[in-house]
Amino acid sequence: MTAAGVVGVLVQLAVVVGGAPLLVGLMRQVRAVLEGRAGAGIGQPWRDLRKLLKKEAIRPEGTSWVFTSGPLVLFASTLVIAAVAPFVSTASPLDGVADLFAMVSLLLLGTVALTLAGLDTGTAFGGMGSSREVTIAALAEPTILLAGFALSARVGSSNLADIVAGTLAAPAQVLSPATLLAAVAFAVVVIAEAGRLPVDNPATHLELTMIHEAMILEYAGRDLAVVELASAMRLTVLLGLSVNLFVPWGVATSSAPLALLGATAVFALKVGLLGAVLATFEVFIAKWRLFRVPELLAGSFLFGLLAVSASFFLA
Amino acid sequence: MNGAAQSRREVGAAELAAGVGALLDDGYRLALVAAHEDPDAFRVVYLFTAGSPDRRVELVLRTDRDAPQVPTLAALSFPAGRFEREMRDLYGIVPLGHPLPRRLVRHQHWPVGWYAMRSDAGPAPEFGAVDEAYPFVTVQGPGVYEIPVGPIHAGLIEPGHFRFSVVGETILKLKARLWFTHKGIEKLAEERTAADALLLAERVSGDPSVGHALAYCLAVEDAYDWDVPAEAGLLRAVLLELERLYNHVADLGALCNDVGFGILNAHALRVRERLLRLNADVTGHRLLRGAVMPGGARVAQLPTSSQLAEIAAEVVEIVDLALGNSVVRDRFTGTAALRGDQVRQIGALGYVARASGVDIDARRDHPFHAATTQVTSVVRNEGDVLARFLVRAGEVRASVALLEILLRDARPGMVHGERPQLVPGVQVSGVGLVEGWRGTIAHRVEIAADGRLARLKIVDPSFMTWPALPVALTGTIVPDFPVANKSFNLSYAGNDL
Repeated sequence: MTAAGVVGVLVQLAVVVGGAPLLVGLMRQVRAVLEGRAGAGIGQPWRDLRKLLKKEAIRPEGTSWVFTSGPLVLFASTLVIAAVAPFVSTASPLDGVADLFAMVSLLLLGTVALTLAGLDTGTAFGGMGSSREVTIAALAEPTILLAGFALSARVGSSNLADIVAGTLAAPAQVLSPATLLAAVAFAVVVIAEAGRLPVDNPATHLELTMIHEAMILEYAGRDLAVVELASAMRLTVLLGLSVNLFVPWGVATSSAPLALLGATAVFALKVGLLGAVLATFEVFIAKWRLFRVPELLAGSFLFGLLAVSASFFLA
Repeated sequence: MNGAAQSRREVGAAELAAGVGALLDDGYRLALVAAHEDPDAFRVVYLFTAGSPDRRVELVLRTDRDAPQVPTLAALSFPAGRFEREMRDLYGIVPLGHPLPRRLVRHQHWPVGWYAMRSDAGPAPEFGAVDEAYPFVTVQGPGVYEIPVGPIHAGLIEPGHFRFSVVGETILKLKARLWFTHKGIEKLAEERTAADALLLAERVSGDPSVGHALAYCLAVEDAYDWDVPAEAGLLRAVLLELERLYNHVADLGALCNDVGFGILNAHALRVRERLLRLNADVTGHRLLRGAVMPGGARVAQLPTSSQLAEIAAEVVEIVDLALGNSVVRDRFTGTAALRGDQVRQIGALGYVARASGVDIDARRDHPFHAATTQVTSVVRNEGDVLARFLVRAGEVRASVALLEILLRDARPGMVHGERPQLVPGVQVSGVGLVEGWRGTIAHRVEIAADGRLARLKIVDPSFMTWPALPVALTGTIVPDFPVANKSFNLSYAGNDL
């Protein structure tokens, strides 16, 4: 493990942790401007976090360590992805961990921790949110795997850095049917996993319609700050994976300081742009009826399956 | 002076049911039931109304001072059964043979035997022991669970408790428990002068201030046989439509917001703000308060038809965009459908009734000014969220069209009719019926010989329409509740006075 490699990991962590609330702020601001509102500015999520961190964490009576540890597991699992996935640099010393299956498992670990915490509160909303979240996760995770398969088939490795490096080496592959189909499947799943419209409405105050927000209703103060930060990081990580798996240009392949600096700027730009596009898309779409969400995810699963088939038969 | 055919007759307990049955068969609806405490007896007034031509019939039943009881009408009329429960909770008048003799207005922790509206009630007592469990019907079966929601909610909305019995996401049964906001408005109105109690009437519920103020004024004028100039009626009609406009616009946006289509809500709120500023120009108050008073109305300036046309065009655009979005249309269509026969049985009012094919509109049925009868009625038959959305959208257009007619003859200023003297020593009563933006508002006043209010009974349309919500929601999925609830948008404060 070289010192330069460690610097690369630290840069990635700093970018994801520090940038995640800014990404959320940017997306809210884009939405506000498009809706003709002034908006609170992109720094607002950080200001909210600062406020929440100063407040005590009130935990409901009767909850156990499951409730207490939920935010930490979510935060920690997302942090690992942020450290090892090839966001800024493919030359990570933790490269061996950056496996597609490991990433999907880590994402699921955070989801499960939060759903269990939602159940642990014993409230109707926690259970309702957890039930809905698991329904969606159960449908979304296979699609992520399939889409990843389609990408890994062509490089013969499920290592993310290898996939990214493979695409960098053969740029024409981005326009192959397999990659395009996988991109569509992946995009749908990212929207579902990140709890964005049309699957979930992150801006709602209506308890009965919530999915993600219903699970975390009982968190307050510092606990809530951790959940909010981890959720923002999760969004960043999902968008980061999307851009780097399909549009990897700009990723540093070495740990040279200048390369890292340039790659950081490019990564921030790409994710910011994708976030802005997603926010714009959200302005024009309403939330789907809950029972139609499985149709959407089944559709994306089909795209994933086609992508895998195409990567074998059309490659 | 409303030109309505009015009659009143005393009935005995034995002939009440027959009398009520005959009226209901004749097309009358029960608009209001008010109990009164006389020195020698409790007196219950049943007000029945029918439109085209405007008819109002009052049946008066006296009952014993010491053991007050009335025969229940619950088998004949659902709203009557609810009025009776309200009367029992507030006056201690027992409805004999009532099929659901549970508390309605006062929750179980209010002490037994304390009746807020009685003259000897005194100050509100401490909450006592619960005299019976809070009864919720438990739905049993494999996989059935309950979701309790409220009375405190995440948004800035009024308190109400909802108990969902659910399988998966499908609502099997919904029970709404309201009545967390009893303010004693009717009690506060007693002993006040007519001018004084106007302030209370205007604040029954925040959004229909003109509706309630006007219904109250009409009731007082009816009691006094007060001659109000026709110009005042015109101004009042203008104010009533302005109130309808800003509330309907807010609802159109809120319905879109509840299905996650925030951009239309942002624009609907912008249009609402324009209307509120227009209201401030017209009356000096954004919510149109202080413009209607017994005997007249006061308006600083009138909106121009170009202002209204601009606003109407913006609303049309918002509605078109909402209906053009396939997801929004899908969420609205078929959600929480209420059938017309259910509306008639429950006695629901306003846009909820009109969206289910029941055309009730006091502007046409009980006009206080002839011009309001020219309103275009907007009726749909589907009874779902989409129908309630479209009825609101249609009523915005109808309101603007009606305003065009009204503004031809209306002139700004203060118009007031001289109050006639009361015949000394006589207690008088009067009724006011107004199509507020939410539905028909009914007020009934009794004014004592000294000119002070002996009794003010207020019926907000929410009281009549609330029971329709759980009926409409049967079979709907839980995440669709907020948008369905918003499509009803009933008042908690107006329901619980």
